[in-house]
Amino acid sequence: MTRSTQVQSEPSVPSGTLTEIVTQFRRSRRALGEEWTRRIAVTRMLSVLTEEEVSIESIELVDNYIDVLETSSVESMQLYARNLSRRIVPRRVDTPELLGIVLVLRDVLARGLLDLAEGDAVRLRTMLSVFEPVANRIATTVAEGSVQEHERLIRLQQDSIRQLSTPVLQVRDRLLIHPIIGVVDGDRARQITEQLLASIRAHRATVVVMDLTGVPSVDAAVANHLVQTVEAARLLGASMIVTGLSPDLSRTLVTIGVDLSSLHAVGDLQGGIEEAEAILGLRVVRISSASGAAPAAESP
Amino acid sequence: MRVPIMKQRDVLIASIQDSLTDADLLALRDRVVEQVTRFRSRGVILDVTGLDVIDSFAAHTLSMTAQMIRLRGAQTVIVGIQPDVAIAMVQLGLTLLGIHTALDLEAGLEYLNTVAKRSRPNAR
Repeated sequence: MTRSTQVQSEPSVPSGTLTEIVTQFRRSRRALGEEWTRRIAVTRMLSVLTEEEVSIESIELVDNYIDVLETSSVESMQLYARNLSRRIVPRRVDTPELLGIVLVLRDVLARGLLDLAEGDAVRLRTMLSVFEPVANRIATTVAEGSVQEHERLIRLQQDSIRQLSTPVLQVRDRLLIHPIIGVVDGDRARQITEQLLASIRAHRATVVVMDLTGVPSVDAAVANHLVQTVEAARLLGASMIVTGLSPDLSRTLVTIGVDLSSLHAVGDLQGGIEEAEAILGLRVVRISSASGAAPAAESP
Repeated sequence: MRVPIMKQRDVLIASIQDSLTDADLLALRDRVVEQVTRFRSRGVILDVTGLDVIDSFAAHTLSMTAQMIRLRGAQTVIVGIQPDVAIAMVQLGLTLLGIHTALDLEAGLEYLNTVAKRSRPNAR
């Protein structure tokens, strides 16, 4: 049984009640929207939006809400929740606040039902029994939609961070520099390894300097992966120099107890490049003191 | 499959261009170790470009071959390990410690030449 049929076949409810509620709400939608705006202002929710934006949002919200009440279908609820989240989440509205504004609207509408019932308790109960299950479901769906939207944003941002922060640069013939910036998780560590090994092949590199100055800390799995990357690079015939290991990173590397003998570490990037040049047999000479010699000359 | 072993001046090149059975690997080891002294080679290049899997037996046989070649008085370089093969090997803990590796045939030959120059500055 789907959720929509469940809602529609609420027991012992006159079929006209929902239509009546929806008609009433439609008629007073402007007043409901204003009441909602007023309540939002009192509770200081949606403070990131201007007054004008809130009033536009209120009409949209009330109309959508009434539509979902009318159709009671899961699809339209999800669509509504997704649209609402897409509009509001990028404005830095978090899930509790989003849920809050929907619950305020629910209260406003329930108050409207009270007026509609005109003191008839039986009628009110009938109307609430139609209204409440749908209202609850809308609240749940909106919360879900908001969380999904947040997750979607996080995924998008992770992707762009990933693309931005793993360049492999050739600075000398056969010398690559691979600066890593930002948090490294398991996925990214794997990606870094693959990219590094591919670059070693593409540039025919013999030495790679991996600079970790921009990496605050890593977990044991990623640290282990780092050591494996060094060994994999060696299997391809390239030696790796790791620079910029923070105290935190060094502690992680030492405590996970892997064999660190293959890890060639130098304090900073400058030291790493100098070390790499020494391995490649290059020497950087100041032009004035070398009487016209090239800045980098092959010594052997 | 019989792996061709080519003689290029004083270097032997065994070029594996296809996947090998364990028996093929052992046969290659025996032939290479036998030929290295017959041709008075100073270096051997084992080109494993064609191996898309290097399991523990293959890794063990390769390092054994390298050690035997060293005892016969020559250097070994393993070249052409593919990136994904390297990742898999490292994850299995097969790191070929103590054996020189190079990107490809060209880099391997270059390495053997620098070693030769360093140990016999007057030769050639």
